[in-house]
Amino acid sequence: MMQREKFIERGLLLLALSSIGSLALITIFIFIEGFPLILSTGLKNFILSSHWAPTKGHFGILAMIISSVLVTLGAMVIGVPLGLSCAIVLAEFSPKRLKMVLKPTLELLAGIPSVVYGFLGVIWLVPLIRNYLGGPGLSLLAASIILGIMILPTVISISIDALTAVPDLYRDGSLALGATRWQTVSRVVLPAASSGIITAIILGMGRAIGETMAVIMVAGNALQIPTSVLDPVRTLTSNIALELGYAAGRHREALFATGIVLFVIIMILNLSATLITRRR
Amino acid sequence: MHRHPQARVDVQGGGSSAGIYAATHGAADLGASSRELLGEEKKLIEIPIANDGIAVIVHPSNPLSTISLMEIRKIFSGAVKNWSALGLPPHDIDLITREEGSGTREAFEHLVMSKQEITPAALVQDSNGSVREIVAGDRHSLGYISAGLVDHRVKALAIDGVFPTRENIKNHTYKLVRRFLLVARAEPAGACKAFVDFVLGPNGQKILESEGLVGVK
Repeated sequence: MMQREKFIERGLLLLALSSIGSLALITIFIFIEGFPLILSTGLKNFILSSHWAPTKGHFGILAMIISSVLVTLGAMVIGVPLGLSCAIVLAEFSPKRLKMVLKPTLELLAGIPSVVYGFLGVIWLVPLIRNYLGGPGLSLLAASIILGIMILPTVISISIDALTAVPDLYRDGSLALGATRWQTVSRVVLPAASSGIITAIILGMGRAIGETMAVIMVAGNALQIPTSVLDPVRTLTSNIALELGYAAGRHREALFATGIVLFVIIMILNLSATLITRRR
Repeated sequence: MHRHPQARVDVQGGGSSAGIYAATHGAADLGASSRELLGEEKKLIEIPIANDGIAVIVHPSNPLSTISLMEIRKIFSGAVKNWSALGLPPHDIDLITREEGSGTREAFEHLVMSKQEITPAALVQDSNGSVREIVAGDRHSLGYISAGLVDHRVKALAIDGVFPTRENIKNHTYKLVRRFLLVARAEPAGACKAFVDFVLGPNGQKILESEGLVGVK
């Protein structure tokens, strides 16, 4: 009997390790493919130059780093207030039955493939921006709006979990002291749930910075550092996906090196999310 | 296929580099490329199978019908940014190019840009189709695509007065023409040779023509 128990334990351990193993393999592969280029170009030339012409020997990704950051910030500006207010309504103010309908519906948003978001963006949003605000339409703004919507499920569901984890004792105590429901939510429940909400925001950020397909379709992919929200931009992810098809030699290495930079950024985001959650 | 039921042809996308890479490393007997071979790749045997014009396209409502090679170069290098320079009502030109490494872009740079770089302000799309889609929807746009893919939703401009028609591409009076290649590590033999002969033969060339390309024979 014990033998069998051991056997199952070992088997499960092996399976668990295989998933971690594939993560390790991916990491090693990206670094082996991309690191030589960073070494030969020099880290400074690679991340502090915005001259990207890989077939002519220029490998500067500054414009893309800036664009990735701006697009992600834009997505936060749009997605976080929407998502957070949605979570507050669902967790604190809505009747149980409404919540039972709304929450699964919002989670359905996460199941829509990103190419569909991108397509809707190209068909609706881009012409609207082009006709009413000017510029080519494919822009930082379009990408931020689409990403802002795409991160909603992440932000909402994790925020709801954080809010519902706050014990009812807190709410009862606050109400008993004569606070209104809104005062209770804003001064007692939100601060108590803050670390969970920050985790939600950081994971939303990770989703936004890693999104590729929808961004390629609506961002315009120009190589400049944007000076307005109506300028087209290219993010790190778009750069890899756009050019990998035809890339060879050093160009291909440069795309993997772009992947390393992206990898480091996302690792930092995820680590800080983990640390903040653990602190609670 | 009807005549060679035993032969297997795998089709894989991924762009010209993927085709060349597969041929170089022996994953495939023949690779297809819409760009010229570079550096190391020149060791491969190249078999030109078709010519393709590169059309410079605008929105159908654009009154422009001809443009000079010089003007195109100035626009794509970023020296000219406004339609007013071409005698149209002033508005920014929404410029669209292809991604670095694309065969169409490489041919365009080679034929038009004469060592100048394409401006980083240009929009970048990763397929002929999406360039066409944007130009079809944007009255102020200018882009370039394979001449075989021009349809009624966009307007191909004449370059120095010559339109990218089949005849003009075939006899090279139209200036922006590139080659499509099959590449191989060794002189094709067996089924491979039969395929190459078929592509270069009347039937194969007819199929290429019906896809909007211009044959080599």
